[in-house]
Amino acid sequence: MGELLLRMEGISKAFPGVQALKDVSLNVYAGEAMALLGENGAGKSTLMKVMTGIYTRDEGTITYGGREVAFRNSRDAAEQGISIIHQELNLIPHMKIYENIFLGREIKNGRGGLNKKAMIARTRELLDSINVSLDPEREIKGLSIAMQQMVEIAKALSLDARIIIMDEPTGALPDEEVDSLFRIVRDLKQKGKGIVYITHRLKEVFEICERATVFRDGQYIDEVPVSELDNEKLVSMMVGRKLTDQFPYVDPLDTDETILQVENLSNEYVKDISFVLKKGHILGVAGLAGAGRTELAKTIYGVYPHETGKIRLKGSDVEIRNPNDAIGKGIFYVSEDRKGDGVILGSDVKTNMTISSLSKFTSGTRINKKKENEVCEQYRKDLNVRTPSLRQLVRNLSGGNQQKVVIAKALMSEPDVLILDEPTRGIDVGAKKEIYILANRLKQEGKAILLISSEMPEVLGISDEILVMHEGRIKGTLTREEATQEKIMSIIMSQS
Amino acid sequence: MNTKKLSEIWAKYRPVLIMIVFIIVAECLSRKFLTVNNIMNVLNQTSMNAILALALTTVILTGGIDISVGSTLAFSGAAAAWLLRAGHSTVLAVIVALVIGVAIGTLNGIFISRWNLQPMIVTLATMSIFRGTTYLLTTGSPISVSNPAFKMIGGGKLFGTIQVPIIILLVLAVIMHYVLNNTPFGRHIYSIGGNEEAAYLSGVNTKNVKAAAYAISGLLASVVGIIMTSRLSSAQPLAGQSYEMDAIAAAVIGGTSLRGGQGKVVFSIVGALIIGMLNNILTLLDVSTYYQTVIKGIVILIAVMIDAKSN
Repeated sequence: MGELLLRMEGISKAFPGVQALKDVSLNVYAGEAMALLGENGAGKSTLMKVMTGIYTRDEGTITYGGREVAFRNSRDAAEQGISIIHQELNLIPHMKIYENIFLGREIKNGRGGLNKKAMIARTRELLDSINVSLDPEREIKGLSIAMQQMVEIAKALSLDARIIIMDEPTGALPDEEVDSLFRIVRDLKQKGKGIVYITHRLKEVFEICERATVFRDGQYIDEVPVSELDNEKLVSMMVGRKLTDQFPYVDPLDTDETILQVENLSNEYVKDISFVLKKGHILGVAGLAGAGRTELAKTIYGVYPHETGKIRLKGSDVEIRNPNDAIGKGIFYVSEDRKGDGVILGSDVKTNMTISSLSKFTSGTRINKKKENEVCEQYRKDLNVRTPSLRQLVRNLSGGNQQKVVIAKALMSEPDVLILDEPTRGIDVGAKKEIYILANRLKQEGKAILLISSEMPEVLGISDEILVMHEGRIKGTLTREEATQEKIMSIIMSQS
Repeated sequence: MNTKKLSEIWAKYRPVLIMIVFIIVAECLSRKFLTVNNIMNVLNQTSMNAILALALTTVILTGGIDISVGSTLAFSGAAAAWLLRAGHSTVLAVIVALVIGVAIGTLNGIFISRWNLQPMIVTLATMSIFRGTTYLLTTGSPISVSNPAFKMIGGGKLFGTIQVPIIILLVLAVIMHYVLNNTPFGRHIYSIGGNEEAAYLSGVNTKNVKAAAYAISGLLASVVGIIMTSRLSSAQPLAGQSYEMDAIAAAVIGGTSLRGGQGKVVFSIVGALIIGMLNNILTLLDVSTYYQTVIKGIVILIAVMIDAKSN
């Protein structure tokens, strides 16, 4: 066992309405890679942000280099030897490799200007030390993802990193480049660095990691040497959780009426997608981050064009060129990124609710504000949106109430098909349940719902049928009765 | 409780309150300030900038900018003068000028919305293009206008006291206020400035709405072109140069956010009035125009500082 470099103990972190981490621990050992495992939302990224000072912890201690530490920010952490390599790389495309490596801490010459020579030479040394032959004066633009990762690693080394955190480093990497990444990781371990390796691909854990720490729902489950693990044991550690009343289920409508039918849909993001969505049913879509679920939704919604395939609504072929088209034809997409493209934060509740259905309130050119108010008031009561008034800015509402505003917006357009993409992301447990009950009610009222979620218990809890997506394809379909987390995971893992 | 109410009123009507304070101070500084004659004079002089402020506010609300309005007004004004000199009627000259304004605005809009180009760059280019075509049309020297009917637009008075441009401004302000606050189109403008992606996913035809905003901006600029040509009895090749800056300043002083989604056309007019009154009081006080320019800059800075603090 390597020397203990860093120890996190009893870490807790809460966000408004969400307990993201509860009493979790993590150890990082010199010369070893520690896998950090858990489903989406288990708290892995939050823990890494706590470690590197992006978030401040509510409770717990971090011991590093023999003393308790609290980094002010990720730069502070990096300067003290803890570097994080994010999934979305933080390099500036139009700048050269050496410029990126020394960004913000450039080597200067005697007159206060840049000492390019020294920076280039040092960059070459760093790249050589990990056996990467790249010209330090090349621009980042045009480098493969793997090569960009090497630059990030070189940057970490330039800061004399002792611990390097890799957040899903193979997520965007073509298979043939994975080997060269692993070579570097082994090399770093040999140099005595401690690695924290976050991944969804279990086979990589067996290939490159010495130990694994497993998380579930923000809680620490266990730290185990990889030699004592197998695939099955890992999966059950990751998902072993019971479904409770948190997921109320109601039977679907007793009808076979197809509302939405997708046939062989393909484009840049999704391949050969076919499925049927029935009236009064909830069809769940499970998969890992990056499986192409959101892209599928946005393709149906007309955001992305499709190259081949057909979309049929209530039996007739439809051409959907943009969201406006989709809404007009009875499809509404509730976005996964509520703050980013779901709500208009700087506008009030009423404006957000009616933006998709203004024509219903308009006679001639004029919006009938009285009628608008009445309808919004009705939706506010109906969906139990907790806001002091309809004029309140959406920015000031909680996540759960923001989501209800978005759903109100969707329902006002009177859709037949409702696509809910991560409808409960980042909202508290109570509000989640309200959303499930609402989805069930809509289902009973005859809406057809496509439910995309990374939270497996959620998909399992309220879907009538489940599609499992991976790498842009549907890898399997499970009925409610046969679906379990283990089955979904094994479908996903089977071909990757 | 009372302070809370006061701060709410301050937040809601800030530009108007600033203007009232300004008027009181100005009146204390010069007894000539608050006379009917002087106020009409200020309104008349401010009307062109105020109309351009309507144009800029519409575009800025979408999160964009239009710096081509100065060239647009010059070219459409020159076209009107050119037609009048050739013996055509006032009606035709006005219509052609307006059509040119809409056309230039639509052109801006198409480049910005369909080609996804940056508004600043597109309108910088068209600013240059239409300043150039104005030089070509005027061959670099003023085209004088003698048509009496046309001259009424900029120089005429209603009821013997209110200049026609003030009436035009009022009518346009009412229309734009209505459009932005009471129609779906107006909501769409605000929603695009608030969060374009969310607006798109909510079914707003973001491309057409953005293009329309620039078309409106072009149209309003051409109205100013007509007024100016009429008032000066000639079309000047350099007409309206850097007018876009005063219009942007008016919008900003009126509390319009350059990030889009927040602002009110009425307040932008108040912003234009504040600039107009500032120039007026400084002139009444015999401050040199050189200082006036400096002071105007300082006022803009103070306005945005108050804005940043309040938000």
